[in-house]
Amino acid sequence: MAETTLATAPSASPAAVPQQGTWLAALTGRLVIIIPYAWLLILFLVPFLIVFKISLSQTAIAMPPYSPTFDLSAGITGLWESFREFSFDNYLWLTDDPLYVNAYVSSVVIAAISTFFALLIGFPIAYGMARAPATVRPLLLMLVILPFWTSFLIRVYAWIGILKPEGLLNQFLIWTGIIDQPLIILNTHTAIFIGIVYSYLPFMVLPLYSALEKMDYSLIEAAQDLGCPPISAFWKITFPLAMPGIVAGCLLVFIPATGEFVIPDLLGGSQTLMIGKTLWNEFFSNRDWPVSSAVAVILLLMLVVPMMFFQQAQAKAQEQGR
Amino acid sequence: MKSLGSIRRSFSPWTDPAAKPYIVFENVTKKFGDFTAVNNLSLAIYEREFFALLGASGCGKSTLLRMLAGFDEPTSGRILLDGQDLRGIPPYRRPVNMMFQSYALFPHMSVEQNIAFGLKQEGMPKADIDKRVADMLKLVKLEQFAKRKPHQLSGGQRQRVALARSVAKRPKVLLLDEPLGALDKKLREETQFELMDLQQNLGLTFVVVTHDQEEAMTMADRIAILDKGQVMQVATPAEVYEAPVSRFVANFVGNVNMLEGTVAERSEKTATITGASGAQIRVENAGDATAGSTVAFAIRPEKIKVSSRKPDGAANVMEGEIYDLAYLGDMTVYHVRLVDGQVVKASALNSSRITEDPLSWNDKAWISFAPDAGVVLTR
Repeated sequence: MAETTLATAPSASPAAVPQQGTWLAALTGRLVIIIPYAWLLILFLVPFLIVFKISLSQTAIAMPPYSPTFDLSAGITGLWESFREFSFDNYLWLTDDPLYVNAYVSSVVIAAISTFFALLIGFPIAYGMARAPATVRPLLLMLVILPFWTSFLIRVYAWIGILKPEGLLNQFLIWTGIIDQPLIILNTHTAIFIGIVYSYLPFMVLPLYSALEKMDYSLIEAAQDLGCPPISAFWKITFPLAMPGIVAGCLLVFIPATGEFVIPDLLGGSQTLMIGKTLWNEFFSNRDWPVSSAVAVILLLMLVVPMMFFQQAQAKAQEQGR
Repeated sequence: MKSLGSIRRSFSPWTDPAAKPYIVFENVTKKFGDFTAVNNLSLAIYEREFFALLGASGCGKSTLLRMLAGFDEPTSGRILLDGQDLRGIPPYRRPVNMMFQSYALFPHMSVEQNIAFGLKQEGMPKADIDKRVADMLKLVKLEQFAKRKPHQLSGGQRQRVALARSVAKRPKVLLLDEPLGALDKKLREETQFELMDLQQNLGLTFVVVTHDQEEAMTMADRIAILDKGQVMQVATPAEVYEAPVSRFVANFVGNVNMLEGTVAERSEKTATITGASGAQIRVENAGDATAGSTVAFAIRPEKIKVSSRKPDGAANVMEGEIYDLAYLGDMTVYHVRLVDGQVVKASALNSSRITEDPLSWNDKAWISFAPDAGVVLTR
């Protein structure tokens, strides 16, 4: 695969006479790999460890609002004392209160349904783009990315104006005579689905497009030529060949949608339970940093662990395919 | 009876007025927007024929094949297969299969899955599919590659898989779009003969699209030469080569010398053509050229003899000098500049290792040819 060849760094053979050229090449090769690892280490792993540490602490009326805090001046014994104060109480608390479990489940369900609809809507869009004349494709790509030019927050606010009972959508539907009472969409799950599908659609369309664009259309013709009607050809040829794009698109939508808090907060109203919103409330309303940290750690594990299994399975399948 | 070329053919249904053509194009026109790809074209192909559509890119040959496969519908006219009008029949219901130029092998399926694809669509029982796939793998000598994916095969192996997949369903007609285009020269030559054997053994009708005239000449029973969406000539390879009907065909197939002139004298069979410089050419097969008309005398390089002395008793002799020559091993090609300035190509087979009559650059030379060595073209 291309990824593996890209990741292979030119390594200097230890037996070879060191020449300046190869040394330099080896060094730059390593450097290129060090940069993403350093990035992950500093901007992901270290913050995660800090969050994890806070999740093991207790709330305190202090600044920062938890204890223990590391105090390097207390020396090794002081540090050890701090370590002994750590406990998993916050995690136990999460399982105690059904609010958190419900919020997790509800988040996953809402994210899954939204991902499904994003796929349903994104696939025809990506397919149409991939089949469009090559001269039009850059323009279509631009149009998909165009919404990113305005603030995400403003775009979600705009949906309030569209979806509210006296909003644009209801006015239009009443004007055309399809309905005579305004539909209640705002502050329901439907509004959240609309918001998430709308906001994350580009993340679905782009990987799908790149997978479909690579596909040779003569494969579909060959399938039809061999007696396969168009719909069946879609499921037997187009769909399996688009699978990498489908997986990438679904992950790109599902993961951020699970932790989403702006959309449920603005469009979903007060009764919606999503873990991102719960996290926000714990952090900023309750100022309970340890519990919100525990919520964040569980959320991360929930998303990372299945993904790791999935990637392992895919790598295995790929190896067998070779 | 005198015959053109050296091959005596026993298979020639097109000469039999009672034979019914298998595939018929009837006044077929295909337009893409303003562009006319196929222009009021009519063509008849017979059962078990190896038929080649030959032409430069953009001549409409691929469009013809795609219309036969059902990927494009004619703008007007009809296409009949075994008496049945094909209009409106989708590709997946036509009894024809196509071998694609890009091979179009399904990348996510193994070789055997690729070959079995069409059979599964038919709903053939699994045991029969397995047997047919095994037969096909044997036919194209790929038994040990059954489990491989297309990207693990060489170009030649992929071509064989594509071929096996397209004949697995035993179609009435096999359409081949530039079947050998992606292969290197040596492999191409080998595969040409394999394709011919396959066609003979399976008794299928083959319609092959190619831009390579050598390929068409080698494999096909008959060739249709296309230009700008129209048929220029349909004939056996020997007829196309030895009796082209127009300047276009003569130029398109092989090397040719075109001696332009006007018909000075015309009797029942013979004619005399006066060239631009006044040189006279006596010809025997003047066709439909009338006295006074402007014609071209087309003669192949190998029909012209080059000698350093003026030959005795030849019907047509012209004087010139060696302008250029190329020694190709099996033959030598001479470019002779005639007195009137025209350069004529002549080739001589090097049948012995030592040439008795060596010619070199700027030597005085005479070219000579028989009255029936070329054809008179009015178009």
